Parts: sequence; structure tokens; C-alpha cells
Amino acid sequence: MALMASTRREAETQSFPLLVYILTPVLALGLQSFVPLHFPRFAALDLPLLVVIYFGTTLRTPIAATFGGAVIGLAQDALTHQPLGVFGIAKALIGYLAASLGVRVDTENILTRLMVTFVFVWLNDAVNWVLVRHLLVEPIAWGWLYELGRAVANTLIAVILFALLDRVKRRE
Amino acid sequence: MESFFTRYRNALVLIVVLVAQLLALAIQARRPAVEGSAESVSLIRYAVVMVVTPPERLVRDTGLWFRSVWYGYIDLIHVRRRNAGLQKQLARMQLEQAAMAQDAAQGQRLQRMLGFREHYINKTLPAQVIGTGGADQSQVLYIDKGLDYGLQQDMPVITADGIVGKVKDVFPHTSQVLLMTDPTSGVGVILQTTRIRGILRGRAWGQLQVADISPDSRVKAGEPIVTSGGDQIFPRGLAVGTVEKVVPDPDHDPLVDVLVKPAAKLSQLEEVLVVTNLSDTPSAQSAKDLEESEAEQKRASDILAERLPSLVDPNAPADTNPPPVDAAGNPVRQPAPPQPIHSDRFSPGAEPDAAQMTPGHRWAKVEDGTEESAQTRQAPAPQHATAAAATTAVASKPVNGAAGHAAGKAPIAGASRHAAVKLQGAEPKADVPAADTKPQAAATSENSAPPQGGTH
Repeated sequence: MALMASTRREAETQSFPLLVYILTPVLALGLQSFVPLHFPRFAALDLPLLVVIYFGTTLRTPIAATFGGAVIGLAQDALTHQPLGVFGIAKALIGYLAASLGVRVDTENILTRLMVTFVFVWLNDAVNWVLVRHLLVEPIAWGWLYELGRAVANTLIAVILFALLDRVKRRE
Repeated sequence: MESFFTRYRNALVLIVVLVAQLLALAIQARRPAVEGSAESVSLIRYAVVMVVTPPERLVRDTGLWFRSVWYGYIDLIHVRRRNAGLQKQLARMQLEQAAMAQDAAQGQRLQRMLGFREHYINKTLPAQVIGTGGADQSQVLYIDKGLDYGLQQDMPVITADGIVGKVKDVFPHTSQVLLMTDPTSGVGVILQTTRIRGILRGRAWGQLQVADISPDSRVKAGEPIVTSGGDQIFPRGLAVGTVEKVVPDPDHDPLVDVLVKPAAKLSQLEEVLVVTNLSDTPSAQSAKDLEESEAEQKRASDILAERLPSLVDPNAPADTNPPPVDAAGNPVRQPAPPQPIHSDRFSPGAEPDAAQMTPGHRWAKVEDGTEESAQTRQAPAPQHATAAAATTAVASKPVNGAAGHAAGKAPIAGASRHAAVKLQGAEPKADVPAADTKPQAAATSENSAPPQGGTH
């Protein structure tokens, strides 16, 4: 099956320069915070989530992806006024799942990336909604159409972003 | 046992991370940070803001620099024309302000008399918006002023259009502003026309609503909403927005929710004002503006007085006909008017004093807008002569009460005839000599009323 990681090249360990590990999440957070000032609809995107998905599926180490997701999520929480942990929990879970999936699936395939990103965006939003609505008991909106559009938009942006990040990847 | 941990290491790490965050979340939810102090800002929040906001500030400042270069040097076309237009607008608004200043001063006096405690905005600090919370469910902004400018939690944040929100967290060089559209915010508001009070809250999709108010058919779309001052954060009377529509409250059946369109453009904020000082008295600048407005109004009154004719003309020449004096230098007393041979209702003493009159009571019957004399009532005219009598009565009226002169002097009688003819809806004939009206007036006087003073 073409989508499975059947060849050695697809399953090989990949890494990035250290600066990429640091700058990419910071840049994602900065853009996520700054761009909606001028384009309010940009807030529908979740660049930190896309970064978590990318590093998770590419590095294929669940523990690192879990911690990485948790850190990026907590940083995203810190920019909001809500209690720390909502995004942290969701992104830690997404990082773990992405890394677990990356071991089994060829995540360099564009179709795989589309499907994985689409599903993870939905899952991330669902976890957020459950935490905010039922744990924090705060009002949060859920509209199926909105979530669908949001997932599609994130998926399309993810294809471009992943292609850009592929260029700085180191193969071992 | 070792193999279990080795085998499920990944899952166990995930569970530990999730449980740790869940516990932290539960603790935060149960025990929110102490409001009102900078120590309530957690270390993680502090670190992230310190990392993320400096680049944002840099980008923002760079953009502002390019914009200032463009607007300050390049885009100066039509500036003169725009300036002239603004000058006119300023002059017009100064006059409007002069009128409003009086009302404001009166309102302040009345409030002082009634012991109201009003909060005036004394000092504001402009701040640039440098970032957002970056998430749909978190309606927050970051501004480029913080502890270094003396900002504190719960300071109101406004624009010229209306309120924006309040300061939530304060960092050394930045502050987090909670927008009024956030579901966790609350602003005491009052509907300006109907005076209905309520609490403005954000809805899940970033909308605003005044929830759970009694249904009132007077609440219409477009009604302005202002702050009520009841939240002890925003001073009273600041613009909040307008009523967008009224919808039934799904949770509380008889009550309704008022959806609100914010006055400030919350999605396009670039610069805001943080209210750093509120006081019970207007600021020195406000007092100065008020004085200038009053002076402006006085100047406007003087200009108006100059343009309008005055009863006393100070520039008129001195009176060349001094009052007559006798040989001893005493002023000569003017001779009294002769006493009438037959007194009528215009003669002095013919009608009672004003003190004896009662409101609503007429001494003469009013018909068709004319007063019919008591004598007329005593001697009713024949049917065919009624109209003529009425016209005569009217015709005698405009000559300053000197009805007796109507038939005796041709010019006045002519004027009376003119008025009478006009009343009957016909134009006076120019070829009729004025003296011809004398017998007619006399004839009508004979039919309608006893002879009056001057008609004999």
C-alpha cells in the first residue's frame, strides 16, 4: 500500500537543525498572535497545531512529540487569558498520535498529509471544546460548518507549510 | 515489570503529561489567580509574552515607521484642501460644543446638588496594539505599554468610538487587554433611550449581548447603548454600541437578549487609550475647554447682537428736541386728552380693572376671531346685516383701538375697508374713493352697534 511506510527511506529517522526546532514554534506563535490584527479570519488557522503535527509525523518519536506538543500548547495557552493547559493537553495528545501514526504511515505523501491534518484539526478542536465546555464550564462555540471550513483551511495551509519545512530537513 | 514500562513507555509518558496538565487545569479552574496584582501572572505566561511580544513590537514599529514616512512625506496630496475642510468642521463643532457646554455645566451643577458621584476621565495613555491572543475563543489583545507606564489591572481601555475592554494582565513592557466581546467579560450598560440597564457580555462567536432583560417593545434596532458606571470600571456615559436586534432568551423564556453591535471597530484596532486616572471632578483640560466654549458662545452672542437691530442705538445722534420747559426751567406738563362726550368700551374706566378679571372670562363675545361688544349682544343685528357688522367690527379693530376714528377719517377708514374686503375674500377696488367708505361704515355701524365714540 502506497500510504504505508514500507521502504527504508520512508521509515528512516529524520532531524532538523536545532534552530528550526526553536524558531519554527516561536514563529508560528508570533504569526498566530500578530496576523489576526490585520486579518481577523487568520485566527481560524492554528499554526502551532500544524507545527506539532509536522514534527510529530516527521520525527516519529512519540515521547518527544508529546512533550513538544505540550510545550507548544502551553505557550499558546499563555497568550490567551484562559487557564494554562487547554491547548497543552490537546496538542500533547495530537503530538503523540501524529508520531505514532508517522511510524506506520508514509507521511511524506501529500494525500496522507491532507487526511492526517484534516482529522487532527478536528480532533484538536473536539478536545478543546470538551475541556472548555465541561472542565472549565465556559461558553465555547461549536458549529459543524465552521469547524469543517476551519479544518479545510488548516489542511491547505499545512500542505504548503510542510513542503517548506521539508526543505530544511536533514536525512540520516 | 520492567518490560511493561518499556513496552508502554510512550503511552505512559502521554498519560503522565495529560494527567499533570489536567490537574493543573483543575487547580486553576478552582482557584483562579488573585486579581489586581502583577504577581498573579504565572511564570509560563510571563516567559511566553517576553519571547513573543518583542518581535511583534519590532514588526509593529517598523510598519509604523514606513507608514509615517509614507503619510508624512509622500502622501501629502490634497492636504491643504483637507485642512480647509477640517478647519470649517472645527469651527462648526466649536459652536456645537459651545451649546453643549452649557448643558454639561448645568448637568454638573445639578449632579453636585443631588450629591451624585460622577467619574470623569482625567488622564489617558495612548497605546499601540501589537498582538492578539491568537485563538478564536480568547478575545484578548496585547498593547505596547505595561508596568513601565504605570498600567494596572482593570483599567478601562477605550477608543474615540467607544469602549474596547479592560486591562487583564500587566507585564513589564506589555499588557493583555480583555476585549468586551470575550464571554468572560462583563460591562454594566444602559440603553440610552429606554433607560434599561443590563450587563453586556460576549457570546461564543465574538458577538455582544445584553442578556436576560425584560421584554420591552420600545427597544428598537439602532438604539445607542452606553456604559452605566455600575461595574466600577468604566465611567458612565461612554459609547458601547447600538442595538442590533432583540432575540428571545432560549434559557429564560419570558426574557430577551439584546444583540449589540460594538461602536469601536474591534477587529481593526491599531491604537487604543488606556484610562489611567478617573476622578470626581472634570480634568483641568475639560474645565479649560468649557471656559473656551463659554467664551466662544459669548462671542457668538455679540456677533449676533451686532447684526440684529437694537431698540437703543448707541451710535444715534443726540436728541435735538429736548423736552419743553417753562420760563422757570420746569418741564412743561403735557395736556391731558379731552374727556369723551360719550364713553365707549375703549374709554378709561369702561372695563373693570385687571385684578377683578377672571381667567377665561371674556367681556366681549368672540365670533370668527373678533370680539363682539356687549352693546352688540344687547342689540342683535338682523340676519342680512350680520356679515357686514362683523366686517365692520374687524375693520375697526386694526386701528389700534381707535375705532371711533374709522368712519371719521378717510385714510383710516380706507384701511378698514381694505381689511374688511380682504376678509370677505374679495380684492378691494382701486377706483373706489376712500371717502365712499364713510357712509358704508356709518351704515354698518348703525346696524351692528350703537354709535361709537368718534363716529358722531
